[in-house]
Amino acid sequence: MAYIELNEIAHSYLSKPEDQADYALKRIHTVWEDGGAYALLGPSGCGKTTLLNIISGLLTPSQGRVLYDGKDVTALSPEKRNIAQVFQFPVLYDTMTVSDNLAFPLRNRGVPKNDIIRRVNEVAEILDLTAFLKKKAAGLTADAKQKVSLGRGLVRSDVAAILFDEPLTVIDPHLKWRLRRSLKQIHEQLKLTLIYVTHDQTEALTFAEKVVVMYDGDIVQIGTPQELFEYPEHRFVGYFIGSPGMNFLECVPDGDRVRVDNVGIKLDAPIAALANQAKGKLELGIRPMYLQLSAKPVQDSVEAQIKAVEDQGSCKIVSLSLAGKTVRARLPEGQPVPSGKAWLIFPPQKIRLFDDGRLIKQAVGSKLKTGNWKLQTEE
Amino acid sequence: MDKWEDNKAWFLVLPVFIIVAFSAIIPLMTVVNYSVQDIFPGKRVFVGAEWFKEVLTSHRLHSALWRQFLFSGMVLLIEIPLGIIIALAMPKRGWGVSASLVTLALPLLIPWNVIGTIWIIFTRPDIGLFGATINSLGITFDHTSAPLDAWVTLMLMEVWHWTPLVALLAYSGLRAIPEAYFQAAKIDGASAWATFRYIQLPKMRGVLTIAILLRFMDSFLIYAEPFVLTGGGPGNSTTFLSIYLVKIAVGSFDLGPAAAFSLIYFVIILLFSWLFYQALQNVGKGENNG
Amino acid sequence: MGLRLQNIDKMVGRETHLKDISLEFEPGSRNIILGRTLAGKTSLLRIMAGLDRPTSGKLFIDDRDVTGVSVRKRSIAMVYQQFINYPSLTVYKNIASPLKIAGLKRTEIDQRVRKTAAILHIDDLLDRLPTELSGGQQQRTAIARALVKEADLLLLDEPLVNLDFKLREELRIELQEIFTRRKAIVVYTTTEPAEALMIGGNIVVIDEGRILQTGPVSDVYQNPATLKVADVFSDPPINYIKGVVTADAIRLGRGIDIPLHDHLSSLKAGTYKFGVRANHLFLTRTAEADVKIRTTVELSEINGSETFIHVNYDNSMLVVQQNGVHSHRIGEPVTLFVNPHYLLAYNEEGHLAASPSLQTATGMNAGNVGDDHGVH
Repeated sequence: MAYIELNEIAHSYLSKPEDQADYALKRIHTVWEDGGAYALLGPSGCGKTTLLNIISGLLTPSQGRVLYDGKDVTALSPEKRNIAQVFQFPVLYDTMTVSDNLAFPLRNRGVPKNDIIRRVNEVAEILDLTAFLKKKAAGLTADAKQKVSLGRGLVRSDVAAILFDEPLTVIDPHLKWRLRRSLKQIHEQLKLTLIYVTHDQTEALTFAEKVVVMYDGDIVQIGTPQELFEYPEHRFVGYFIGSPGMNFLECVPDGDRVRVDNVGIKLDAPIAALANQAKGKLELGIRPMYLQLSAKPVQDSVEAQIKAVEDQGSCKIVSLSLAGKTVRARLPEGQPVPSGKAWLIFPPQKIRLFDDGRLIKQAVGSKLKTGNWKLQTEE
Repeated sequence: MDKWEDNKAWFLVLPVFIIVAFSAIIPLMTVVNYSVQDIFPGKRVFVGAEWFKEVLTSHRLHSALWRQFLFSGMVLLIEIPLGIIIALAMPKRGWGVSASLVTLALPLLIPWNVIGTIWIIFTRPDIGLFGATINSLGITFDHTSAPLDAWVTLMLMEVWHWTPLVALLAYSGLRAIPEAYFQAAKIDGASAWATFRYIQLPKMRGVLTIAILLRFMDSFLIYAEPFVLTGGGPGNSTTFLSIYLVKIAVGSFDLGPAAAFSLIYFVIILLFSWLFYQALQNVGKGENNG
Repeated sequence: MGLRLQNIDKMVGRETHLKDISLEFEPGSRNIILGRTLAGKTSLLRIMAGLDRPTSGKLFIDDRDVTGVSVRKRSIAMVYQQFINYPSLTVYKNIASPLKIAGLKRTEIDQRVRKTAAILHIDDLLDRLPTELSGGQQQRTAIARALVKEADLLLLDEPLVNLDFKLREELRIELQEIFTRRKAIVVYTTTEPAEALMIGGNIVVIDEGRILQTGPVSDVYQNPATLKVADVFSDPPINYIKGVVTADAIRLGRGIDIPLHDHLSSLKAGTYKFGVRANHLFLTRTAEADVKIRTTVELSEINGSETFIHVNYDNSMLVVQQNGVHSHRIGEPVTLFVNPHYLLAYNEEGHLAASPSLQTATGMNAGNVGDDHGVH
C-alpha cells in the first residue's frame, strides 16, 4: 500500500502540443493518502482515464512525476509499480478455472505453492467466490467475472493500489449494489488504496471517501460526497453532482441581497459581504431540494411562474421561470404544487455564491466542519 | 431475425440456384452415376459396388492415401505454428503494418503454375539458386531423381505459398484482442509465454480453426505443384490422391473406378473437415457463452 | 393514425420472445414500455415497426391489417440504443436523408432540417461528421433524423442507455418536451422507472415476453398489480416484509403488530407480502402510527441527491431512501420507521390486495387489454 503523489502532471497525446487545448490533462498536482478510497468522477473526455493510466503506468505523462510513497515511479512499468487494475469489461483467462485465475499473479511471481493456496482461498472467501473456484472462468456471470478480475488484484499482499476503470459497466443494474458493497467491505477490511474511475455520480459517491471531480483536464474539487453536495467549489461540480444539478442565477450585489434582474434575494450578512468582493461574473447557486415553494407570498419570497412539473414518484421536479431564467425545485412526494405561479423561498444558509464559476468561500471560522452537518430529514 | 418483404425476392436467388445446380449438383450426380456402371463406347452395364470394392482394396490407393495424410499432416504442423510466429512478430502499428501485410500477401497473388515453375528453376541442381548452392556445399540435391528431395521441394513450395495466409488470419485474430487483456497480463506479471498461452492462443481459436480447415482441405487436394514439379514422381513418391485420380481417369480412362474413387475422396475430406471442426469447437467449450 | 396489436406471439426457435400481446395505441399518445433487459421490449418494437413478422397475431393501423406489409411502406421512425448515423455523411445530410428519400424539395428539406436541428441543439454542428461528435451529439443527430420525417409512429428503443449520466438527464427533459408537440404515436422503451415516470403517458409493463400491466404511468406506479410489476417499476427494488393478517391486526416480520386501519382494513386473514418503496421508509418518526425497525447498515449508496441505505431485516434486504447526501458506515445501527399508510399488500398469489390509493386502481386497465393482467 502506498500514498500516491502526482507532481505537476500534464499530458498531451500530441507530440508537439501548442496550447492548453492540446492537453488532455492540464496540471494535476495532488497527494492521495495511503489506504484511501478515491473516485475520479467526470464526463467523458475530462481526462479521468488518462490520469488513471498515468497512475497505473500504462501511460507516461508528457510532464511531471508520479510518486508512490515518495519514490519516483514515473518511468516504471505497471508490473514494477505493484498495482492491480480492474477494467471496464471483465478480463479473465478464459481457459483457466477461477482458482487458477486468482493464483495466476502469484505463480508468475514465484510465490510458494502453499501460500498461493492459502491466499486464493482467503480472497475467494472475501469475494464469495468459494463455490466457483473449480469452475471455468468463462462460464461465469458478468458480476462473478468482474469479481474474479478484482480478486486477481487482491491476492497480492504487496499491491500498492487497486485501480478500477468503470468496473460496473457490464453489470446488471439490480446486481450493481452487491458489487459496490463488496468493494466497500474490502476497503474497510483491507484498507487498500483504491482509485475508481467513473462518470456515474452514484458509483463515485457511494464508493469513495474522497471524490476527485475532473473537468476539461483539470481537477476541480477533491472532497467528501457531502462537501461536493453542500459546497461545490466549482460551478461544474454543482451542476454535475445532484439530479437535477444546482440552479445558477447570474446576479449583482445589492446591500444584504443579491438582485437577479430586478428580483432581490436575501442573504445572510457574512455572505452578503462576500458578494461585494466578487471580481468576475457573480452567480447565486442553490440546490433544487433546498428551494421551497409557497402558494402565497411569505416573507423574503420571490414570485415565479411554474412552467412544468415532472413527477418522479418519490419526488416532483418543478421548473419555474424567475426573471426569465429557469429554476428547478425538487419537492417531496405528496407536497401539493401550486398552479400558475408560486413564491420561491431561498433559505439563506443554503445559498452559495460563485465568482466566475468558483465558490466564494466564507471565512474559515464560520464554515461548518465536514461531517458535522446535521443532515436534513425529510417530510 | 426474420425479415420479410415481398416474395419477389426469391426470384433474385434463382440464378444462384441454377449456377449451383450446373456447377455442383449435376456433375456430382454424374459422378455417382458413373461410379456404379461399367462404361464402354455405346454401352453401359450396371455393376453395383464393384468399382468401390476394387478401389478400396487397391494397394496403390492405400499408399497414395497414406502419402496424402503424411503430406497434409506435415503442412499443418509446419504452417500453423510458423504462421502464428510470423503474426506475433509483425508490427502492431505504424508504417510497418502495411509494409509487412503487402510482403506477406505477395505469394498468395502468384498463379499456381507460376509457383511451380519458379520453384523448379529455383531448386534446379545446375542453375537454380537454391539447388546449386546446396549442391556446391557438397550435399546432393535433385528433386527429379531423389524422392526425399522432391518432398523437400514440395514442402518448401507449399509452406512458402500458404504460410502467409495462416499468418494473416492469425494476425487478424491477434489484433482483435482488446488492449485491456495485455494490460491485465502485464499487471499480473505474466511472462511473454504465459501471455501467449493464456490470452493470445485462446483468443485466436476461432481464426485458427478456419486456418486449419482451409489448409487441411487445400493441401489434401494438392495437385498443381507435384504435377508441375515431377508429375507425381520420382517413381510414385509424390503421387498424391488427386494425381492418382487423374492417372486412373485420364491416363487409363477407367471412368468407373475413377468416379468411385472421387466419391471416396470427397467423403474423406468431408469427414476430416467435420472432425477437425468438432475437435476445435470442443477445445474451448464454454468459453463463448459468458 | 391508431395502432393495434392483436394476440401477437413471437417465437424464435423454441424460445418464446413474446406471448399473447394485445395493445392499442391512440393517435398522438405517448407510451412507455417498461421491462428489464431481455423482457421482450425490443422484439415488440421490431414487430410494431414491421422489421419482424410475428409468429402469430395481427397488427392493424387504423383498422387496416398491416401484418406483413414492408417497413418501407409504413410511416415509421426509429431510434436505437446504439448511435446509428451514416458515418460518411455530415450531420446535415444525415438528418436530411429521410426527406431526400421521400423526394422533398430542397428548400423544404433545408427548412425542416434546420428546424429539427435547432430543437435538438445541434444546429451549430451541421457540417460535422458523426465521428467528430460526442456520444450525446451523435444520439441527438439520430433522434433528429427520426423526428424530421414526422412519421406517424416514432419508436425509441432505450435511446439514452448508452449516454453519460448527466447527458441522459438533460435529454430526458428535452425529449419529454419534444414529445408533447408531436402528433405521432410515440413508443419509448426503458428499463428505468424514473425515466418512465418522467416521459409519462401510458405504460405497458412487460416481463418474459408477457404484458403484466397497462395503464396511465402514475396509476400503475401507485398500484402495481403484482409483485413482479412492483419489482420492475421500483428503483431501488421495492421492499417486501412478510406479514400475517389475523382478525384484529397485522403481524409484520418478527413480531411488529400494526392495527388493521384504512386501506388495510379490508384484508382477509392470511399471509401477505407487504411492499413498501424505499422512499416510504424513514429514519425519523413521521406519524403517530409509525412502527419501528431496528437493524444495521449493510451499505449506503449515494446518488446525486439521495442516499439509499441497504439494511437486513428478517433475512431480507430493505432499502431506505434518505434525501440529501449522507454517509453511513457498514454495520452502523439504524432505526427505520414504517408508516402503515404506505403499505401495498400482496396476497400469496402475488396479486395486489390492498393499496393506499386503490380507488384509482379500477382505472388500471386503461391500456385496453381488457382482461386480467395478473400473473399468467
